[in-house]
Amino acid sequence: MSETRLQSFCRSPVVWPLAGILLLVLVNLVHDRSTAFLQVTVTDGHLYGTLVDILNQGSRCMLVALGMTLVIAVSGVDLSVGSLMAVGAAVAAVLLAREAHSVALAMTAALAATALAGLASGLLVTWVRVQPIVATLILMVVGRGVAQLITDGNVIIIQRAGFEFLGNGYLLGLPFSTVLVVALYLGAQVVLRRSAAGLFIEAAGDNETASRFAGLAVGRVKCLAYMTSGLCAGLAGLLAASNIRAADTLRGGENMELDAIFAVVVGGTALTGGRFSLLGSLVGALLLQTLTVTMYNLGVPPAVAPVPKALLIIGVCLLQSEKSRRWLGGLWSARKAA
Amino acid sequence: MTEPLLAMRGIGKRFPGVVALNGVDFSVRAGEIHALLGENGAGKSTLIKVLTGVYAPDAGEILLNGRRVAPASPKEAEACGISTVYQEVNLVPSLSIAENIMLGRQPGRAGLLNWRALRRRARAALARLEIECDVEAELGSLSVALQQMVAIARALDLQARLLVLDEPTASLDEKEVADLFAIMRRLRGEGLGIVFVTHFLEQVYAVTDRLTVLRNGELVGEHTTAGLSRLALVSQMLGREVTAEIAAPGVAAAKGEKKSAPPLLAARGLARRGAIQGLDLELHCGEVTGLAGLLGSGRTETARLLFGIDRADAGELRVRGTLTRLRSPREAARLGFAFCSEDRKIEGIFPNLSVRENLIFALQAKQGAWRVLGRAEQVQLTEHYIAALRIKTPGPETPIRNLSGGNQQKVLLARWLATQPELIILDEPTRGIDIGAKAEIEQIIAKLRADGLAVLFISSEIEEVVHNSTRVVVLRERRRVAEFTGGDITAGRLMSAMAGGHVESKRQDSE
Repeated sequence: MSETRLQSFCRSPVVWPLAGILLLVLVNLVHDRSTAFLQVTVTDGHLYGTLVDILNQGSRCMLVALGMTLVIAVSGVDLSVGSLMAVGAAVAAVLLAREAHSVALAMTAALAATALAGLASGLLVTWVRVQPIVATLILMVVGRGVAQLITDGNVIIIQRAGFEFLGNGYLLGLPFSTVLVVALYLGAQVVLRRSAAGLFIEAAGDNETASRFAGLAVGRVKCLAYMTSGLCAGLAGLLAASNIRAADTLRGGENMELDAIFAVVVGGTALTGGRFSLLGSLVGALLLQTLTVTMYNLGVPPAVAPVPKALLIIGVCLLQSEKSRRWLGGLWSARKAA
Repeated sequence: MTEPLLAMRGIGKRFPGVVALNGVDFSVRAGEIHALLGENGAGKSTLIKVLTGVYAPDAGEILLNGRRVAPASPKEAEACGISTVYQEVNLVPSLSIAENIMLGRQPGRAGLLNWRALRRRARAALARLEIECDVEAELGSLSVALQQMVAIARALDLQARLLVLDEPTASLDEKEVADLFAIMRRLRGEGLGIVFVTHFLEQVYAVTDRLTVLRNGELVGEHTTAGLSRLALVSQMLGREVTAEIAAPGVAAAKGEKKSAPPLLAARGLARRGAIQGLDLELHCGEVTGLAGLLGSGRTETARLLFGIDRADAGELRVRGTLTRLRSPREAARLGFAFCSEDRKIEGIFPNLSVRENLIFALQAKQGAWRVLGRAEQVQLTEHYIAALRIKTPGPETPIRNLSGGNQQKVLLARWLATQPELIILDEPTRGIDIGAKAEIEQIIAKLRADGLAVLFISSEIEEVVHNSTRVVVLRERRRVAEFTGGDITAGRLMSAMAGGHVESKRQDSE
């Protein structure tokens, strides 16, 4: 019985990115010849250490990957998330520049703006029937432009205590952003799996025609997925702006769409849609962040860092695929036989 | 007797598990239009594909003008003089007409195009069909009919001796069909052999000289068109003797009692361009209404209209007496309708989801995302239908793609039964499933009728329609042509109505 449980665990999409994280940790330990990488210290009731850093800095990618998972599950893709991070940050920064506006108002306005942008993508895909990659590319370009327009192309410094807590504060000893993102993942998991929304999303992605013929409002489901993605991106933009205490509309959220797509794919959600795994995306985003930190630690120049990143992603994706795994298994048993 | 232009002898082709063609002979003379006929799965398209070099035959030989040819690709077939125009125009819409006609054989040298020669040759090719148009216009700006003509012009630009037209009229209106026929006759006059694949019997009689009928991958017969009556043709296509009078068993008792109740659904003059014309249809609770007709007669199109998949252009629909406009399957499902599509793979199953998820989906979709069926309730529902419909599956959590076709069909049936519909539309529910499963599905249909559901039963197997229906509506060429009830439902009468022609007057009194 334990045999089959082990087997089913090995087939779970989370295994391979988890294995990747463990491998990276090992690389760091060997490179450092010490356990510094794993050390966590407590100062003023807050946890500090490389692992905590990974959780903190990785939280934005995790959050964006949450929305991206749903969009990819309905056979779409959202390229606009990076730009929407910039939009969220810009809206909040401009509003927070005036003392009269509360932090809550600024955040609400920012999230409303990005959710609306997500809805726009959704409508382009479902109503106008534009390819998802084109529709969200439009929003990606337009979003970056609007963000620049809002801030006049300047980096706007944000100095509001309440807002700073978002990206720098601590809750229960952990970075607040990490706690927030993990809580959102738990919430999403409960909402999607306890309601029928998860089933509807998977069905719409698995066979759109069949789900329409079975009486599902496919357009509505898709629009909601894109809206959720916009919302997640907006919140991630706020986290980033709060973390650096500024809204950088030119570079903020740059390449985030690629990282988020990587996280989702590495986490075992197929780009063709259908079955999705939120936990997989979470672990996938952590893997990416661990890799980034490892690159720093090993002293790999930032310009070269994408190469090992690409290699790791290819490796994990190959391991996810049943076919290549069987091929590898074949090699293994052939060797044993020899 | 003249030597035939094309002679295919003893052609055989098998695919894993299926014999698609078995020793088929097929010949076409120069200067004739020859119809190739048969229902779904008869082997028409396989034969065409062997002829045009898409498939290599397992047996037999192809003689063109007495010389043996063995085209290994459509290009080689074209070089031999066999040109094909497919149902879906496969040209490049964004290129000009001239470019489309000359694509792949552009005049020019060293990679440079001789544009003037290209346009001149394109114009000449169109002139042969007596079509005048700006050859520099973008192809996509033309009507489908004109695009088809361009496709023919392209096929003829080569030294074509045999032209294959694979369902060229499927998307054309009546006038466009007439234009196409004029061109076909002109080309026949020039001595070309034309193979014409179509589902429309009227067109067969309007334009062809001879015809060949295939059924289940075998040759049924070759006839001169004038010498074969419609009825005989249809019975050859369906493989039934016209005289066979199979009466519907035990249906007389079922009808009559509910005559006074208003129909669950009543359509008047329901129409959609290219799908169905002015359909009148009433569906009653506790009745199985069969929808019979040849391929392309508008059966599936009717089902799609009644389930809100396509919208009607004209006519009215009353559900329980209230005027209703169906705009989506969702609305239809909420009215208590259900629809099992003939295309399980594309329109039915969620291949990667489990049997349970597939089965409860329609009910859950009807209830919305928040009124959730509990896990226990889902499992119970699934197990109930697995037992009731005898679905063979390792368990409720198996992905449905691992099930056989018949069992997938039963899951889809269960998906809709779980919504407790009042009307269930079954489009070819027995297609591609084994005989045992077929009998079980027929039993289920009988039970649904006894439970007071209205069933619309669509099948291309005439015997099935006779067996299962308490009332049969016959469609021909996208029109309703006859209705039979009770003891009047016999295979012979249905076939006569499906074939049309001289039986036209008889059907009036049965309505």
